[in-house]
Amino acid sequence: MALEVNGKTLDTDEEGYLSNLGDWVPEVAQAMADADECELTDNHWEVINFLREYYEEYQIAPAVRVLTKAIGKKLGQDKGNSRYLYQLYPYGPAKQACRYAGLPKPTGCV
Amino acid sequence: MSKEKAFEAPPIPPAPQIPALVEGAMSHSRPFVAEPEHQRALGFPGELVDDWHDRAIEKMGDLLHRYRGFRVFLDACVKCGACTDKCHYFLGTGDPKNMPVGRQDLLRKVYRRHFTLAGKFFPKLVGAADLSEEMLDDWYRYFHQCSQCRRCSVFCPYGIDTAEVSMAGREILASIGMGQKYSNEIIGKVHRIGNNLGLPQPALAHTLEGLEEDIEEETGVRVRLPLDQADSDILLVTPSADFFAEPHVDGLIGYAKVFHQAGLRWTLSTKASEAANFGLFIGSYENMRKVALRIRDAALDLGARRIVFGECGHAWRVAYNFLDTLAGPLDFLDPKYPAPQHIVEVTHDLISRGALRLDPSANDERRVTFHDSCNIARASRMGEVAGGQFALPRDVLRSVCNHVFEMDPDATGERTFCCGGGGGLLTDDLVELRVKGSLPRMQAFKEIVRRHRVSHLVAICAICKSQFSKVLPFYGFTMDQVLSLHQLVGDAIVLGER
Repeated sequence: MALEVNGKTLDTDEEGYLSNLGDWVPEVAQAMADADECELTDNHWEVINFLREYYEEYQIAPAVRVLTKAIGKKLGQDKGNSRYLYQLYPYGPAKQACRYAGLPKPTGCV
Repeated sequence: MSKEKAFEAPPIPPAPQIPALVEGAMSHSRPFVAEPEHQRALGFPGELVDDWHDRAIEKMGDLLHRYRGFRVFLDACVKCGACTDKCHYFLGTGDPKNMPVGRQDLLRKVYRRHFTLAGKFFPKLVGAADLSEEMLDDWYRYFHQCSQCRRCSVFCPYGIDTAEVSMAGREILASIGMGQKYSNEIIGKVHRIGNNLGLPQPALAHTLEGLEEDIEEETGVRVRLPLDQADSDILLVTPSADFFAEPHVDGLIGYAKVFHQAGLRWTLSTKASEAANFGLFIGSYENMRKVALRIRDAALDLGARRIVFGECGHAWRVAYNFLDTLAGPLDFLDPKYPAPQHIVEVTHDLISRGALRLDPSANDERRVTFHDSCNIARASRMGEVAGGQFALPRDVLRSVCNHVFEMDPDATGERTFCCGGGGGLLTDDLVELRVKGSLPRMQAFKEIVRRHRVSHLVAICAICKSQFSKVLPFYGFTMDQVLSLHQLVGDAIVLGER
């Protein structure tokens, strides 16, 4: 599979995750969201940016609890929970948001 | 990708129902094939080999020689039909190849053709068939529509175990270059990094520190979640989903509170930061052994005297049945305790001795029912007496919660239904199968909700928990209606003076 972004064709795997993490630019998230008919708000971007920062440091997506805590600190306690994250990303914050952020898909019993 | 709505969840019938047969209903269900790099990391060819036919038959011969039971299962079936309506994937899809006998026959026909006299000379008379490309595709599709839960074997008068057949089928497939991506990528991560997620040590340490802060914030008590702590009495080996996902993480917090309150010195390990052993799912003894040996190494490195397993179904199946065979002798462990031991056994023992102060009213908002995980129910035991794997978790649950109700006995105990996501099928490319396969469990759950206003399913398996979070919404429930047993334990424990 492939994704067209800024006139370039980027490789993705069967499930639409970027094959090369280095290919990511913000327009990647936008293009994926467009395909899902999902409108990216500032709050969506807070999640994407946090995922990318965390990945840069730890080479893995953050645990759900780590993510909800970080988002709670940034956007307010009422938003620091999975219920809110699932409102933003109905296919699951760990999977849909990771894909938009250019991270590999979390694997395992999750 | 937003392809998940391309199918409808079946309606929940008012009572368990045998569906009408729909030939080929799930013939489109086919998980992603492993990438060459995932295959090679496990010692398998990268892609389908040119001489796949001969190598598949050769591998089948090897397995028939190595596993006596496999040959008996292929020989013994008398087509009595007792298994036909027992598989949750059949009940949810109506596809006759999801009848256990239909699934077994995919392999049995080829076995007869090549390994029995009658099949070699009179194939049509004895239902023997060649391993054609079409048959190979059916193997790939339908051996990945079995969660190896063994429910059918409970009803088979000969005890034929379809799990063994589907494991053999998958092993043959992997050995000719047709492994499954989900399982094989994960096993590679366990070999390389130590857990299914690929969670490296710094991320694990950071996650655990965060949980310690959360517990302290909530309870005012400093409960530790130690990592790689030498000279601990107990090495806890738990699924990495317990670090990562919900509701799993609340179970992990529960284990920590139990150890804390009992004054036990315990640790997690980076090297063995995963209880799961997907080597079982793909039928690979070599990979299963390699994964199991990490646990032995970790226990020796850390000087642990006990190995305790967290809430993971198939991990306990492998540990209970095979840990000593795969990674023994375990003679360096304290002989006063079972080796290995299940966290439910630890908690049960502490509760029986009055070593934990519990306030079950902390769970008064919850009305719960216990989901027996297939691997624990039908492939292992807990405690000293037969049926302990059913009694112990329920004893623990009743000690920490005042409102516990039982689902239909045809859907619990040794007759329990798989959650629909076990055996290496917990992957997004099989969502339709997972949703449909959970129908019998959802039916039993809906009934207990109706009769007793039950609010939650309680589980002791990481796969069950993730699977239910995913499928509950397809049936009109919410994803947070599944809980870890040790979440309820953790919420009921009164921390403080011992």
